[in-house]
Amino acid sequence: MLTPEERTEIEAEFPHYPNRKAVCIDAMKIVQKHRGWLSDEALDDIGELLGMSSTDLDGVATFYNLLFRRPVGRHVIYLCDSVSCWIMGGDQQRNHICKRLGIASGETTADGRFTLLPVVCLGACDHAPVMMVDQDTHRDLTPEKIDQILEQYD
Amino acid sequence: MSDLVHLTIDGKPIEAPAGTLLIDAVRKYGIEIPAFCYYEGLALQAACRMCLVEVEKMPKLQTACTLPVAEGMVVRTETPVVADARKAMLELVLTNHPLDCPVCDKGGECELQDMTFRYGAGEGRFNETKQHIDEKQWSPVVFFDRPRCILCYRCVRICNEGMGVAALGIANRAVTSEIIPNEADHLNCDECGMCIDVCPVGALTSGPYRYKTRPWEMDHIATICAHCADGCKTTLGVRNNSIIRANNRDHSGLNGDFLCVKGRFAFDYGASQERLQTPLARVDGKLEPISWTRALKTIAAKFGEVRQRGGAFGVIGSNHTTNEENYYLQKFARQGLGTNNIDHHRTGDVITLIDALAGKGGQLATVEDIYNAPAVVVLGCDLSHQHPMLAYQLRANVRHHQAQIYPITPGPVREDNQATRSLRVDKGGEVEALGSLAAELKQAGGVVILYGDPVKGDAVRKLVDFGESLGVPVKYVALVDYSNSRGAIEMGLTPELLPGMTPSNTGGMRIGQMLASTDLDVLWVVGANPLKNRAALAGKPFLVVQDLFRTETAEQADIVLPAGSAYEKNGTVTNVCGQVQMLKKGIGAMGTKTDLDIFALLAKEMKLDLGPATPDALLAEIRTTVKGYDVVLAVLATGGAAMTGVNGPVAIDVPVDAIHSANDTMYTSGSISRYSKALTSLMEYPGELYSGKSK
Ligand code: SF4
Ligand code: SF4
Ligand code: SF4
Ligand code: FES
Repeated sequence: MLTPEERTEIEAEFPHYPNRKAVCIDAMKIVQKHRGWLSDEALDDIGELLGMSSTDLDGVATFYNLLFRRPVGRHVIYLCDSVSCWIMGGDQQRNHICKRLGIASGETTADGRFTLLPVVCLGACDHAPVMMVDQDTHRDLTPEKIDQILEQYD
Repeated sequence: MSDLVHLTIDGKPIEAPAGTLLIDAVRKYGIEIPAFCYYEGLALQAACRMCLVEVEKMPKLQTACTLPVAEGMVVRTETPVVADARKAMLELVLTNHPLDCPVCDKGGECELQDMTFRYGAGEGRFNETKQHIDEKQWSPVVFFDRPRCILCYRCVRICNEGMGVAALGIANRAVTSEIIPNEADHLNCDECGMCIDVCPVGALTSGPYRYKTRPWEMDHIATICAHCADGCKTTLGVRNNSIIRANNRDHSGLNGDFLCVKGRFAFDYGASQERLQTPLARVDGKLEPISWTRALKTIAAKFGEVRQRGGAFGVIGSNHTTNEENYYLQKFARQGLGTNNIDHHRTGDVITLIDALAGKGGQLATVEDIYNAPAVVVLGCDLSHQHPMLAYQLRANVRHHQAQIYPITPGPVREDNQATRSLRVDKGGEVEALGSLAAELKQAGGVVILYGDPVKGDAVRKLVDFGESLGVPVKYVALVDYSNSRGAIEMGLTPELLPGMTPSNTGGMRIGQMLASTDLDVLWVVGANPLKNRAALAGKPFLVVQDLFRTETAEQADIVLPAGSAYEKNGTVTNVCGQVQMLKKGIGAMGTKTDLDIFALLAKEMKLDLGPATPDALLAEIRTTVKGYDVVLAVLATGGAAMTGVNGPVAIDVPVDAIHSANDTMYTSGSISRYSKALTSLMEYPGELYSGKSK
């Protein structure tokens, strides 16, 4: 069941769109904000409100990087794995992060602090390699810089 | 919308109503524009780009599946530029395609194979390793092979729009996109297999059919589904005298492309291990095999003896046998045995409707009417379960014509999802509740009313009065259960009525009375199971049962004769709307005889002269003698459905208390379904069966 709070927030989006289905991305973002991720039940709940099937919602959720269908850590690292970053040594940066956190791409650290996810282009190719942690973009990455950056998130 | 526009296709002048999509407009003129994602009747996708054509004055190639025709348009569908574009699209589609045609079920009828053959792209320029994803089983009947999928989304749309189930979705993006079922790793759905049917490639395959055959090794026999009363046309794929699959291959007929789970998968009941293959007779209290000759002689002798001494017969006919069989059976009973104790399990009140509509004409709705009516009311029936094809047509009506739908039922039904308004009423209160819709229905300008078994007798008359009061065209369907329930009534399998609903002046026992009677000397049960959920017979008549299986009734018989199934005979059946269609024999079953052959052999043994007993001769007789059945033979013979014109008044009072629908679900079909491996595998499948009701 959606909490009254979630419901109110989602319903506040209705007037901005021509129909309820169009609200689905916002609705999923709202529920994710409250629950951390989107479980099957969460999709059922949203589906019921918007008149959509959970498979439809799953399609949208899995299409976008920022909607999570599995639990994630307190902080999410999005590391670009697209062409520019790859040319500029993105692979080494990934290896460094993985080694430092003891996880592979797509995994979450045992203490629940970080989740590492690949992402296709953060729109900052001129400063490749690039990653985003939660809402902040970090450019021109080097192993040393990464160490410093990760220290800031606990 | 109906203004005609004129355009030129490949140098030929053609015309089409404004608004028609180019891809549809040309088809009528014998031009086929290739298409993977386009599927008639479903939402447009424009994902595959196979339908690209050249249109003069348009700078780029256009997708014919989304382009409406326009006056003066000049289109070329096959030019080197077009062929090149299609070839390029195919090359892309094939980049991750496994090309395992030699082991793929679809080989030989695959749209991708056909297109690649036509446009080339035999060699790709992509050298990357193909991504392999293991095949998945989503249910006993649906398998998914991701690498073969070309992401046309036909399956997703048919399930969403056509079925109203929405069990399929698309996960992820780009090369990692994948069709997903609604329950993580399996389906919770109707299991109708429509998704398999529409898949242009071998990505979705059918559990019972896979790896069994090649399409060209089968005979394709068009007949009518043996299960519910909707009368879907189906093409049996037959090889070595066994049915391997069923689909409506050419999309002709009342159902178009549709078949429900029963039509598509439950053709296998006749191949059950439990099928009777020899007559049985009771010896020392137990049923033992005997020969056909002995069985028929014993029955004939008994029948003859009882008739001689003026004893009492009871005859119970079937909801599944053909019109010809029913007609001949009632003739056998009335003329041959001299009894009017003949009945069948009545599942809906057709008779009162015919009487109430006396003299009005044209007020019986056809399946097409359900697809076209501006408003449709469903009274007291869970349509998606009991009449899957009518429900499918109803959904299409909403999608294509924005029909108004009004389910008036005791509990929630799937039709609620599309309903303008749903009313919840207790059984029996349906017609009364209808009153509140009068204004809306009048406004709609035309109504089709479907009613289930709670509406009978006076309620039907009130319903027709209500319809009359609207002042707009109203048509009706009295919903009945099985493949020839309608034909059973109209061929005279009731004591009250002779064929064509002509009143019979001699009284006779109805089913309940026969089962409760202690005076019957003979009870002859043909293709029915009246002792299911019921204690033994009250009396001790000589019980003869014709059936495919040892049903509860057969278990009590003195003689059991193994009969042929609907897929094993020729003849005609009349669907729920009163539309007659032709059955065509697909296979034979060892040791059995069709009910008609059994009747004929018995008549011969008893030296009765009941006229010729072949399906053709009897159909001719029915067409000339039975009121309302003067249907056009050519329509039937070419696989069409011919509307009957049985008409009132029915000048006799026919009690309605015995009318009860068996309320079969989507997955059951009277006594037949339990013998279908496909249906039982679905029943036993972990997880619930999809109820399809709104929450
Ligand atoms: S079998 Fe029918 S209901 Fe199930 S996913 Fe396929 S189309 Fe949908
Ligand atoms: S499974 Fe078949 S119908 Fe569905 S998207 Fe793939 S190719 Fe199309
Ligand atoms: S809707 Fe009825 S007639 Fe059609 S396939 Fe299903 S059971 Fe057969
Ligand atoms: S059929 Fe036109 S784009 Fe697929």
